[in-house]
Amino acid sequence: MLCVVRNALGQLAETLGFSEAEGRAIVLAVDEAMTNIIRHAYRGDTGRPIEASFHRIHAPRDGQSADALEILLEDRGVTANPEKMCSRALEDVRPGGLGLHFIRESMDKVEFSRSWGKNQLRLVKFLHPQRSQKVP
Amino acid sequence: MKISERRLDKITIFDISGDIDLATSPMLRKALLHEFRELKMPRVVLNLMAVRYIDSSGVASLVEGLKASRDVGSRFILFGLNRTVREVLQLSKLLKIFEICENEEQSVAP
Repeated sequence: MLCVVRNALGQLAETLGFSEAEGRAIVLAVDEAMTNIIRHAYRGDTGRPIEASFHRIHAPRDGQSADALEILLEDRGVTANPEKMCSRALEDVRPGGLGLHFIRESMDKVEFSRSWGKNQLRLVKFLHPQRSQKVP
Repeated sequence: MKISERRLDKITIFDISGDIDLATSPMLRKALLHEFRELKMPRVVLNLMAVRYIDSSGVASLVEGLKASRDVGSRFILFGLNRTVREVLQLSKLLKIFEICENEEQSVAP
């Protein structure tokens, strides 16, 4: 199912006016986030639900309001502990630990929270003003 | 993801196509480790030209392949890195640890 999400998200990013490179970054971040949910929150169970919602929002940036894509991912897995979530040192050449680094490098805001038995990950990517387009 | 295998004297060439992600990266990892650990191939070449997407689990499989090659004194070469693959390897800051060739001819040269 991850490939279905990737394809749909790539089209959404393009429609919203993100560049191809920005679109690839958003797709990578969401794919890595969902992979982390499956691997860690659901401990490898691919049959558990992940709720994803996508919103075009106005968010503060440098003291002004800017257009952005907000992505919310919610799961009912084990509690994510942001204190323990850290991307590993990149000079440490070994498999694993790259996903969170990819997410943080690809998005402008990355916020973890937990409420009502759900883990929520909020990702925000700002639209570059001259590239933003009006969505009908 | 699809893996096609070719043999050229003492070189194994894997032509990879499609997406390397959580679901498919174990297959790539298994294929690489088999070539290095079981067959002790002196050189394994990965053609990534037709890879549409790679995530951190795919990068992890490449790193495992590289480590296995070092353990047995073999060479592990990548070629055909398209923009998507190159971007992800650059983001991982691991691009420089791999031996990368421009094309297949270079990667199988003596």
